[in-house]
Amino acid sequence: MIEHGFDPVLLWTDALFFMLLLAFAAGLTHAWRSPPLRVQWQKVTRRATGMSSIVILSAFLLIAVLDSLHFRAALPPAEGATDVVYSTEVSSVLDLVLARQRAEAERTYSAPLATHAYVKETVELPDGTQTRSYPRLKYGGEYLDDTDAHHTGDILAKLLDGIGYGAMISAAALVIVGWGVGGPGKLLRGQTRNAWRAAWVTLSVLAFAGGVLFSLAQGYHVFGTDKVGQDVLMLTLKSVRTAIMIGTLTTLVTMPLAIALGILAGYFGGWVDDVIQYIYTVLNSIPGVLLIAAAVLMMQVFIELHPEWFSTAAERSDARLLALCIILGMTSWTGLCRLLRGETLKLRELEYVQAARAFGVPTVKVLMRHILPNLMHIVLIAMVMDFSGLVLAEAVLSYVGIGVDPNMASFGTMINAARMELARDPMVWWSLAAAFVFMFVLVLAANLLADVVRDAFDPRG
Amino acid sequence: MFAYLFRRLLYALPILLGVNIITFALFFVVNTPDDMARMQLGTKRVTPEAIERWKADRGYDKPLFFNESASGAQALTDTVFFDKSIRMFAFDFGRAEDGRDIAREIRMRMGPSLAIAIPTFILGLVASVSFALMLVFFRATPLDFWGVVICVAMMSISSLFYIIGGQWLISKVWHLVPISGYDGGLDAPRFLILPVLLGVISGIGSSTRWYRTIFLEEISRDYVRTARAKGLSERVVLFRHVLKNAMIPILTGVVVVIPMLFMGSLIIESFFGIPGLGSYTIDAIQSQDFAVVRAMVFIGSVLYIIGLMATDVSYTFVDPRVRLQ
Repeated sequence: MIEHGFDPVLLWTDALFFMLLLAFAAGLTHAWRSPPLRVQWQKVTRRATGMSSIVILSAFLLIAVLDSLHFRAALPPAEGATDVVYSTEVSSVLDLVLARQRAEAERTYSAPLATHAYVKETVELPDGTQTRSYPRLKYGGEYLDDTDAHHTGDILAKLLDGIGYGAMISAAALVIVGWGVGGPGKLLRGQTRNAWRAAWVTLSVLAFAGGVLFSLAQGYHVFGTDKVGQDVLMLTLKSVRTAIMIGTLTTLVTMPLAIALGILAGYFGGWVDDVIQYIYTVLNSIPGVLLIAAAVLMMQVFIELHPEWFSTAAERSDARLLALCIILGMTSWTGLCRLLRGETLKLRELEYVQAARAFGVPTVKVLMRHILPNLMHIVLIAMVMDFSGLVLAEAVLSYVGIGVDPNMASFGTMINAARMELARDPMVWWSLAAAFVFMFVLVLAANLLADVVRDAFDPRG
Repeated sequence: MFAYLFRRLLYALPILLGVNIITFALFFVVNTPDDMARMQLGTKRVTPEAIERWKADRGYDKPLFFNESASGAQALTDTVFFDKSIRMFAFDFGRAEDGRDIAREIRMRMGPSLAIAIPTFILGLVASVSFALMLVFFRATPLDFWGVVICVAMMSISSLFYIIGGQWLISKVWHLVPISGYDGGLDAPRFLILPVLLGVISGIGSSTRWYRTIFLEEISRDYVRTARAKGLSERVVLFRHVLKNAMIPILTGVVVVIPMLFMGSLIIESFFGIPGLGSYTIDAIQSQDFAVVRAMVFIGSVLYIIGLMATDVSYTFVDPRVRLQ
């Protein structure tokens, strides 16, 4: 795909996502260097649920990162031409990994691991007669001569291969991590300070699942195909980026607004407080879904009427994703803002803040040095707690038709398509099941991490 | 108390005005009426005359905020802002794209919405409060632990899956109730039972956990220790004392929601084909019927403000110490 070269493409959401990751890394380094923060984070890493959910979320994050490294591949040079022509299609590194799944699209539905299509079609036999039967898939198990005799054996062999890959990764992780924490034996007995055993077990489960999926995907559509023959595993993996983007980028909009306005309202009081309170009461009193719907509708009209602003389809759907994040952020900062306002009101009256003010420390300095750091635990808790809600909201919004671009892979669009499939007889259940499993694991891990983080950072808890 | 309510009502007016300005800005300033006309008529082969006609038919051909050609008060009232926004305060919502009167449509669709929303709300409340009380009663036992685990797992499932799964299992596999549709009168329960059940189940995880936290906070108070020290049984402590005293935080979360029940449940109504306000809104969103979406936004915020006031009033019923002045 990239043998002729490529041209990197940085979409808006990619840029913001990487910025967020950098900020996150900077935050972690800061927390590592400051002893009190490190102690609090260790409360998270000492809990088995904390470590396990961190491992799972990192795996999802890795998929999102791979899917955010975008480029346009160069087309094979024409005869005698010297300048390089790039494809109009924007691909990502994840697309390279899934090149096989992308290329090997069937004509229509096929069940997981099937070798034959799911719907009966009229097939022409070698002797010229026609019959109604399930046609062979173009790619699923194409190399099998006799599907009846070899299908099960082939799947079993691939399963064993996959388990082998998983075991290798798991053993490697045991040695590497174990070496870092004082020996694999110590890790296995759970005698480490942080919950490394839980992390290793989770990683092993992921490695086995991933190994099996990878191995089976070499010959089959592991999760089957959808109506137009697209591989469901590929769609599910591509949906992960959308979910993570919505969950993380929205906080980019929410946090500055909530923090700035919350502190201003709480610290200065008076008319500033009145104005800010008025703004968030107004925003709060509009039902969230409706406000989002109205804003997305307007933006949809805008994008459709200004096609000249977006040169590729990817840019267009990216603009829509970003706009959705902004809209979600604009509608969801109010709760956190109110919390921060209340907390600032309390902090303002504390002796050390009063003392700082009496000494004539400039207001900006008081805010940055005394107020903001003491609010960060609330911000952090709100951030992790909002993540799962946003992922769930994206699915519902896309289902209603006001979420991401219909052409963009997302859990909502998958569920929406699957709804029609359930009404079919016999039922097509696999895309729904795949979306369910991936979404459930992602949101569950986020919820568990949110719990652990709240326990660790909430001073009242 | 009436003086208090009156003051709150006066206070609500600027908020509603704010809502109005935001929605107006969203609908008319971000995209001009010309853009909307082009959208509605389809972007291809649109003549300027067709756009003008579309706008004139719907009253969008006036100036947005200030009519220079009119005189006196008309300069302000003969505008799109007055027609489409200020009139809403008199619950005059105008007509939808298909020409139907929106206010009439809302009155008709309120019934089915309430028929779903009220049972869902009450059953959901009863179920989650009782589960939470049970978890608190058995706190620090395996039952509590697994209860919380199940709650977290249930919270992590998208409501879409509850609905799809429930519809499939109960209607398609077991054939217990019709898969979708709605009928008034005695036939209604047959259609309502599944949406209500799924509505309750999909909300139970998060609300049980929330109530459990409230109860646990309440149980660590001094009066509970005193009650236990007096030798009261755990059951009496929980049901007589804790439940009663936890009413304020519960009401804070709950009463606000009650007026919003009129709005119905967007997702459930559209999945089950129930002709309520929720499915009306979704249809309007999908067909880009701005007038209907605008009306629903306005009604939603009116109801929210009523809910806030109802919360304050309800405090006086559960806690005699609260006096509204």
